[in-house]
Amino acid sequence: MHPAFSVIFFTVASGAGFGLFSLLFIADTFKLGGGFSREQLIIGGLIALALIVFGLLSSTFHLANPKNAWRAFNRFRTSWLSREGVFAVVFMPLALAYLLCIWFDAPLWLRELTGLLSAVLAWITVFSTGMIYACLKTIRQWHSPLVPANYLALGYASGSLILLLGAVISDLDTLPYIAMAALILSVAAVLKAIYYFWISSPGLGPTINTATGLTRAKVKLLDTGHTHGTFLTQEFGFQLARQKAGLLKVVVFVLGFGLPGLMLVWVFNQQGGQVAAIVAVVGGIIGAAVERWLFFAEARHVVNLYHGAQRC
Amino acid sequence: MKLGLVIDLDVCVGCHACAIACKEWNASGTTGPLSDYQPYGAEPSGVWFNRIRHYEMDEYPNNKTINFPMSCNHCEDAACVTVCPTGASYKRAEDGIVLVDQDKCMGCNYCSWACPYGARELDRSSGTMKKCTLCIDRIYDLDLPVEERQPSCVLTCPAHARMFGDFDDPDSAVSRVVRERSGYGLMPELNYNPTNQYLPPRSTPVIPIDAKPKGGLKESIKQFANKLVRR
Repeated sequence: MHPAFSVIFFTVASGAGFGLFSLLFIADTFKLGGGFSREQLIIGGLIALALIVFGLLSSTFHLANPKNAWRAFNRFRTSWLSREGVFAVVFMPLALAYLLCIWFDAPLWLRELTGLLSAVLAWITVFSTGMIYACLKTIRQWHSPLVPANYLALGYASGSLILLLGAVISDLDTLPYIAMAALILSVAAVLKAIYYFWISSPGLGPTINTATGLTRAKVKLLDTGHTHGTFLTQEFGFQLARQKAGLLKVVVFVLGFGLPGLMLVWVFNQQGGQVAAIVAVVGGIIGAAVERWLFFAEARHVVNLYHGAQRC
Repeated sequence: MKLGLVIDLDVCVGCHACAIACKEWNASGTTGPLSDYQPYGAEPSGVWFNRIRHYEMDEYPNNKTINFPMSCNHCEDAACVTVCPTGASYKRAEDGIVLVDQDKCMGCNYCSWACPYGARELDRSSGTMKKCTLCIDRIYDLDLPVEERQPSCVLTCPAHARMFGDFDDPDSAVSRVVRERSGYGLMPELNYNPTNQYLPPRSTPVIPIDAKPKGGLKESIKQFANKLVRR
């Protein structure tokens, strides 16, 4: 699949935003490390919302006809893309209500209720983002429950690193934040490793034989019938060399999980402080972006069978 | 009604006439234009509803060339319609034709991701998704003579490799030929239940090419005469 940068930015930024917001709610509820002050919570919440809004806006850049984007809320009953949009839009007022509860010192039950609802909606929205890809039977590398799990784990991992940075800047006790980030990072890394392991074997799926129905002998392409590329080759023809993919997977693990993990140790030993936390955030987000690019680049659509691939 | 096409892989000669006729009709049809990019340039490309690919089955000396026209299969379980967030893609209840409402499409490409057959192509000039309409603006046009109320590709095919009809009627020509020739849908394992059916190539006996001449006096005179006459 052709990796579209607007979609990569959207999924990484909004994933981090949703992750940050729901972890902020947990940090506030349990007053982790002494608890953020009112202003700090508001700033953190607004950063999360900004990430989400910029992500959603950037996702409209890959539309060829964005003037009809408002219609995307129409098919909530069948389309995961539509569901994602609806959940993201429902999340916004709830998140704002939660921030208002913090600002105006609303009764605790109201503050916790709005916080919990927005955290749950954040979870559902990121799940829907993953399901946009996971529901497609045409792409083996995407048609897996590991996809929404990866989206959730990576969103929360990025969010936990941003939250740790917030805790360092706000001079809180960083220990609970380090523990939280370490736990989420390791879960995300393991899930990603399982995913890469899973997609490495082709398994049962369409072949050029079932695509053409000529199943009794070897089939090979003689001619695609077009002189130059078509929409199909531009959108689905993207191919990544196996060696390059392997190298990028190393980058994902080193930058996305290894470096932030090392920085957690530094923050724990009180070395570097803010710099280490910033490096952790930058590494985690770059790692997530490379991971997302690979997610698209490695996906092989079955239409490639008609263009000569023996299997996808 | 369940309207669709039957494509005879045994008969198709791979001339691309169906694709040309499709482009000609639909460029000015309800979903037209079908934009071309650099049609006379170095990298010609454009929107087509119908594409023909060519495959080789088996290996020499048992090989066979298969010409393979493909357009929208108007699937019964059309995931392109399910995933469409705007409701621009829809499947008509009355005849099963899958269409894109050009006024509602936002050009997100999601339906093309869901289609395993590559039937949908984005038109960069309008920013909307376009696809085979089964010539809906022909088949219901009462101003046309009855025999011309068929998709352009079917009408134009010089080899009669394409047929159009109602698969819901077990006695229709398409249903009968699919039954008799063991027609099949493509990639059945994805469970899209494509309506269009393909008829497999027939296994024909091999024609001997190095048959010996009969011999005898008559044959020798013939051969002698053939040598004398200069052609």
